[in-house]
Amino acid sequence: MELHPVGVSGVLAVLGDAISEETGARVAALREAVLRAQIPGVTESVPAYASLLVRYDPFVTDYEALCRQLKALCGALSASAQETGRTVDIPVCYGGAYGEDLPFVAQHAGLSEQEVIALHSAAPYRIYMLGFLPGFPYLGGLDERLFTPRLASPRTKIPAGSVGIGGQQTGIYPMESPGGWQLIGRTPLRLFVPGRPLPYAAGDLIRFVPIGPDEFEAIAARERGNRA
Amino acid sequence: MIEIIVPGALTTVQDAGRAGHAAEGFPECGACDKYAMALSNLLCGNRDCLHTAVLEMTLVGATLRAQRSMLAALTGAQAAPTLNGQSVPMNRPFLMKAGDVLEVGAFSSGLRAYLAVSGGFDVPAVLGSRATDVKSHIGGLEGRALRAGDTLQTGKGDTSARRLSALSRGADALAQKPWLLRPSTPKGFLGDAVMPLLRAVPGPQDAAFTPEGLEAFTHGVYTVSPDSGRMAARLSGPTVASVHGSDILSDGIVEGSVQISANGQPIVMLADHQTTGGYAKIATVLPCDLPVLAQTRPGASVAFRFVTPAGGMQALRLERSKWSYMKEQMP
Repeated sequence: MELHPVGVSGVLAVLGDAISEETGARVAALREAVLRAQIPGVTESVPAYASLLVRYDPFVTDYEALCRQLKALCGALSASAQETGRTVDIPVCYGGAYGEDLPFVAQHAGLSEQEVIALHSAAPYRIYMLGFLPGFPYLGGLDERLFTPRLASPRTKIPAGSVGIGGQQTGIYPMESPGGWQLIGRTPLRLFVPGRPLPYAAGDLIRFVPIGPDEFEAIAARERGNRA
Repeated sequence: MIEIIVPGALTTVQDAGRAGHAAEGFPECGACDKYAMALSNLLCGNRDCLHTAVLEMTLVGATLRAQRSMLAALTGAQAAPTLNGQSVPMNRPFLMKAGDVLEVGAFSSGLRAYLAVSGGFDVPAVLGSRATDVKSHIGGLEGRALRAGDTLQTGKGDTSARRLSALSRGADALAQKPWLLRPSTPKGFLGDAVMPLLRAVPGPQDAAFTPEGLEAFTHGVYTVSPDSGRMAARLSGPTVASVHGSDILSDGIVEGSVQISANGQPIVMLADHQTTGGYAKIATVLPCDLPVLAQTRPGASVAFRFVTPAGGMQALRLERSKWSYMKEQMP
């Protein structure tokens, strides 16, 4: 682990130099250890692909003290770090009006739409980090047969809940936004509701569960009822 | 209540920001010039200077009508505000009665002005903050910039003549020491030009740059670009050369992080910055020096100076002692 100062109130703990399942799991495990340790002065920690940014109140603790504590926590990370994180099921209605780029993704991969759906919903994905928008998960582990270039020109409006593929990554748009990823489906879950916690956090695993349009509309109706 | 008659160029409800939720992807937002924001609250008697919501105006201020009595104070960029056509001073509390119209107008220098009212602007707090996040559409009024016809609730506060005169005496005491009214960011001089010297702690990726690149960064003069905004101040000046390009695996960024873009130009992250970024960060500007950058207009210059973390802490302590003194001067 390398440690670098981020101004007078942050430490960047770097755990690797590439996107990998193992590094992602270690970042998640270190974050959990930092949260559990409740180190006085630590105000928040921000996980990314291969690093954890730990922010602190410099009037309570300092860089050297925090580095010592982080080294101790990192040294004590168990070999079972891979098991960190919950698995969160996200129901997705693939294709049709819910994912209008599914035919393109299938054609690009040389697969049928059903094969794309089966591949995309097969294994759980690690959430490496949330960013770009609140609750937007950067997921690792997309099957390389599904790698698809982004749209040549981004859409100005993507519906909330859209599931897309951008290059080597897949993710979910938690709120309506512009975006350039290929849209293959949509979840009826309202992921971002002000005042309600997100259903997942960095370090968790996401599993996409294929559903049909009827189930989509049923869950969507229930979600509207739950509104804040 | 306050009614917005003319919104100005970009007017939003802000406080010190929505800290602590970067892991979920929420930008901090909040006032770009937190010094002027806190000062506006202090001057109109809001003791919780960082967490009481104010209006941030940009370049051209708003015109507003008070719908009941309140004390108000304007700070930050230099404006020539009027109340019912009569001039009112900056950096000093004044009374607005029901029906009074405050016209802030265009700024003669600086970029951002702050209007605080007694009791604060009362919009619902989201994740512990009232700051407007225009990208996520949360905070402030409906998560957006203010428009003509909007009305904002304001909190309750003592608006008596006695309270106003006590606050005015405090404001007069502060005005006698004008250095209290602005951050203590040092200045640099080049020929006949004066510019802010932004103090920055090197890292976390300073090793990604060549010795010449680091030297360019700390010795060069940078101009604020017109495409700057609440997300970042984009600068142009001497190229900061990197060893192997400035792309990195995205990692967490903070307000003040100085990213170096692919073409070697610094981008200093401000209040609305994204939570993670993929450009190498050469340094982090001290929080006490960001207000001055947030007030630097496109076309004007800034320069950087490296400080050690210990040197940075010394600056933070001095700024903090200023604030405890200022709070003692106010009733």
